[in-house]
Amino acid sequence: MSLENKVALVTGASRGIGKAIAQQLVAAGAKVIGTATSENGAAAISEYLGDNGKGMALNVTDSEQVAEVLKAIEEQFGSIDILVNNAGITRDNLMMRMKEDEWDSVIETNLTAVFRLAKAVIRGMMKRREGRIINISSVVGTTGNPGQVNYCAAKAGLTGFTKSLAKEVAARGITVNCVAPGFIDTDMTKALTEEQKSAIFANIPAARLGAPEEVAAAVAFLASPGAAYITGETIHVNGGMAMI
Amino acid sequence: MSNIEERVKKIIIEQLGVKEEEVKAEASFENDLGADSLDTVELVMALEEEFETEIPDEEAEKIKTVQAAIDYVKAHSDD
Ligand SMILES: NC(=O)c1ccc[n+]([C@@H]2O[C@H](COP(=O)([O-])OP(=O)(O)OC[C@H]3O[C@@H](n4cnc5c(N)ncnc54)[C@H](OP(=O)(O)O)[C@@H]3O)[C@@H](O)[C@H]2O)c1
Repeated sequence: MSLENKVALVTGASRGIGKAIAQQLVAAGAKVIGTATSENGAAAISEYLGDNGKGMALNVTDSEQVAEVLKAIEEQFGSIDILVNNAGITRDNLMMRMKEDEWDSVIETNLTAVFRLAKAVIRGMMKRREGRIINISSVVGTTGNPGQVNYCAAKAGLTGFTKSLAKEVAARGITVNCVAPGFIDTDMTKALTEEQKSAIFANIPAARLGAPEEVAAAVAFLASPGAAYITGETIHVNGGMAMI
Repeated sequence: MSNIEERVKKIIIEQLGVKEEEVKAEASFENDLGADSLDTVELVMALEEEFETEIPDEEAEKIKTVQAAIDYVKAHSDD
């Protein structure tokens, strides 16, 4: 198995895409630490990971908690080889109605937290001359989407972050990439009405929502030794919705 | 004291892959020893490890020459 002896941290692994990523990394042989915002969520992650890792409670917007969790991982599992920044939220509203706290919370959770976590793992990766950072962005970060100026700004921000960090650390054997999902069947898209869904399907050549596992497969590939020469890239997983 | 100097120089030689005779006190990492900014960051990391200390970012930014590295370590280590 290609990720034997590797330690992976997946944020937001309680459900949806993050859970599928954690499961596929385990299937590839990695030890996985998955996070949720609550202790209950963390316990549920521990349960599905079994002997192959552990769930931990983490709010990615809390710097102190990030430091504590990283220390605990280091002590129990060793240095992190693979960081998957998956935790993310939406707070949709038209620009005319968007509140500053809706803007701030999305930028904090989806963008600033990625800076924070990457900063916390990069030192160890530099020393080991090896590491993978994979950020879950979104197709709408490239295409834009009405009602999501905050979310699209954060996701587009991830692309610039990813490319810049990729250039900084490429010579040290560390790759930094994005996986950009289209519409995936998770809690995030459950809120859509049937009418909204059929409107969306009209723009998706594959004519269906994607499955979390189909996003996770791209993440597992980028984490694998075979992807060592791919950096600063975005893999789009969107059923043909946008070909970029 | 010379012990610190030797240890610092040894780390510089290892980290930057330079020859011992190039590591003169006044030599600048970036201008004379061919280091880029990331090499310098890693050099500071290696010094932190060797001397079991943490060098704050604002101090680390001032460590640009062999002498500055030696001076910093001398001023902050107890041995
Ligand atoms: N679903 C899609 O169609 C789609 C499309 C494009 C991009 N994406 C991106 O893919 C990623 C995963 O999306 P998803 O659909 O799987 O989302 P989801 O089902 O809503 O799950 C979100 C995950 O993030 C965690 N989380 C939320 N806020 C957090 C915080 N402050 N600190 C730590 N963890 C936090 C949640 O933890 P709790 O369970 O504890 O709340 C949960 O595990 C996100 O970055 C999202 O933007 C999704």
